[in-house]
Amino acid sequence: MGAHQADSNRKLIGWLVAGAIGMFGFGFALVPLYDVLCEQLGINGKTQSTAAVYKPLTVDTSRTVTVEFMSHIQTDMPWQFVPEVKRMEVHPGELVRTNFNAKNLSLAQTLGQAIPSVSPGQGAAYFHKTECFCFNQQLLEANADAQLPLIFYVDPDLPESISTLTLSYTLYNITDRGYVGAIEQGAAK
Amino acid sequence: MSTITQDSPAAHDDHHDDHHHGAPKGIMRWILTTNHKDIGTLYLWFSFIMFLTGGAMAMVIRAELFQPGLQLVEPNFFNQMTTVHGLVMVFGAVMPAFTGLANWLIPMMIGAPDMALPRMNNWSFWILPFAFAILLSSLFMEGGGPNFGWTFYAPLSTTYSPDSTALFVFSVHIMGISSIMGAINVVVTIVNMRAPGMTWMKLPLFVWTWLITAFLLIAVMPVLAGTVTMVLTDKYFGTSFFDAAGGGDPVMFQHIFWFFGHPEVYIMILPSFGIISAIVPAFSRKRLFGYSSMVYATASIAILSFLVWAHHMFTTGMPVFAELFFMYCTMLIAVPTGVKVFNWVATMWRGSISFETPMLFAIAFIILFTIGGFSGLMLAITPVDFQYHDTYFVVAHFHYVLVTGAIFSIMAAAYHWLPKWTGNMYDERLGKIHFWCSTISVNVLFFPMHFLGLAGMPRRIPDYAIQFADVNQIVSIGGFAFGLSQLIFLAVVLKCIKGGEKASAKPWDGAEGLEWTIPSPAPYHSFSTPPEVK
Repeated sequence: MGAHQADSNRKLIGWLVAGAIGMFGFGFALVPLYDVLCEQLGINGKTQSTAAVYKPLTVDTSRTVTVEFMSHIQTDMPWQFVPEVKRMEVHPGELVRTNFNAKNLSLAQTLGQAIPSVSPGQGAAYFHKTECFCFNQQLLEANADAQLPLIFYVDPDLPESISTLTLSYTLYNITDRGYVGAIEQGAAK
Repeated sequence: MSTITQDSPAAHDDHHDDHHHGAPKGIMRWILTTNHKDIGTLYLWFSFIMFLTGGAMAMVIRAELFQPGLQLVEPNFFNQMTTVHGLVMVFGAVMPAFTGLANWLIPMMIGAPDMALPRMNNWSFWILPFAFAILLSSLFMEGGGPNFGWTFYAPLSTTYSPDSTALFVFSVHIMGISSIMGAINVVVTIVNMRAPGMTWMKLPLFVWTWLITAFLLIAVMPVLAGTVTMVLTDKYFGTSFFDAAGGGDPVMFQHIFWFFGHPEVYIMILPSFGIISAIVPAFSRKRLFGYSSMVYATASIAILSFLVWAHHMFTTGMPVFAELFFMYCTMLIAVPTGVKVFNWVATMWRGSISFETPMLFAIAFIILFTIGGFSGLMLAITPVDFQYHDTYFVVAHFHYVLVTGAIFSIMAAAYHWLPKWTGNMYDERLGKIHFWCSTISVNVLFFPMHFLGLAGMPRRIPDYAIQFADVNQIVSIGGFAFGLSQLIFLAVVLKCIKGGEKASAKPWDGAEGLEWTIPSPAPYHSFSTPPEVK
């Protein structure tokens, strides 16, 4: 193999190896990219994970939106977890409060985390929570129960094509991996 | 690349050959070899062993599904069989077979003395047996091997997976490194080692398709490595890439996986297109119709393969515009693929066709791969995919494109180039028996699966409703017959290696290409002096 060819081999190998390493990095870059794209396009039903500020809005009384509440429990979560109201009619812009009732059915202290999802996904960007139990981890002692509050409003800009928003919570058992700080925060509530 | 630098190493090689006429002897020949022909042989035998291993698992699956109810194996073991069958066939049988063919053929087709990076070539083969030893050994561990499907969707592979998942992850890492090294070798060989006069548009299509495949491999195998790494850290180190409770998203797994997965399925079919494009003209005794459109079609398929991944995910609740986008992009792939099929048919048109075994496999490929392509088009239609998703219709579809597509093309290639590799003609009568047994049984095996799927039988389930019993019995019988037929192939190959009618340098009178200008069997060192391509 001539020196010239060895040289051009080395250069090409360098580019190809760099490409492979770059694509390994790209695989990981897809993670934040996915979140950003979903948020910007509002396509996967994820709602915001921090409290929205309620600016006194004009309530659009000419229109009502049906809001439905659902709850799911992961198989290893020993809680009862149900919405107080399954379905309500709200006006866009109106600040509404509702509760979810949780009860720890086990004999051990359990830490839970509720993950919200809105359907249809395109409606997620118009569903604003000013207070939600899902912003924090929730701690329940054995056999304890709690009323978990949710305060929200529907954005008046909600497209006309959407007349029903379904808010679904899945409750996960995170006892084994909760942080001490988070536990205190949850317990304080 | 100047002619002067080409001449001097060639002179050196000639001198070298005076001392070593053939291959070194003994087991160390195979362990230490850097010869592209030896490594090609190793790859091909390895892939055949894996083909039988994965096939044995398919036999377990078909035996369990012979009757409704649970007869032979536990559901968890059944799941391990479907998972490891898929992994072994994709990463152990099809991909190494193509790499083996690339090793054997690319240097001979472009007039190069060897692959560009022979030592790396040795490595990329020899890490593979370790990868599969790790994967297969996990089946014997407590809790069993991987049971989450070859697609290892989270949370099946994270929250609910067996303790041996780390072994699965590491074996996939090693397979990925092997593929990437092989791909780098192919690219460097094709770009830098073509004989003088071998311009881009004179490259045999097998070389073209492999070049494009190699770029696909370099682009997506690292993404697979990243995906399994995320599964590893999610399962063992408390990260939450795919765990909603920790802020991750299980649907994101599918996006990342299929970003790898869809180009991967083209990695397993593009070299087939190259093989068929070599065999059809040879036995039609005509030049390939539409050479340059074949090159452009291959490149278009490769580019489109990055834009269609979410058609595997129509039922995950995507917005309508995304479903439409992926549906249209997917259907668009039918255009370049159709160009290829029509080109092959046009090549045969008014050709002086003879039906030796390679041609029989090639014709079967064209017909049966097209059937798989059509069922793919049906699956691409979003609204009907909601019915077909995760049923046996999907199983039928991807086995038509992978078994009667990729595997049939590999068989065709083996028959076509066996005389060049061994110096002997294979037994034509046995080859034809192998072909007809395979082709009939493979259709008995996979065609009825379409109807099972349309009737609603879900895939990856060890038990089924009684209404599916009769068809499943037929399918299983086809499966056993297809499995046994492959032993004929083994017999043909062994017989051909041992002896037979001596093959001339160009045993197929219509064949074209530099590999047919050197004697059969191809000498251990070929093209030490680069040929002049007119």
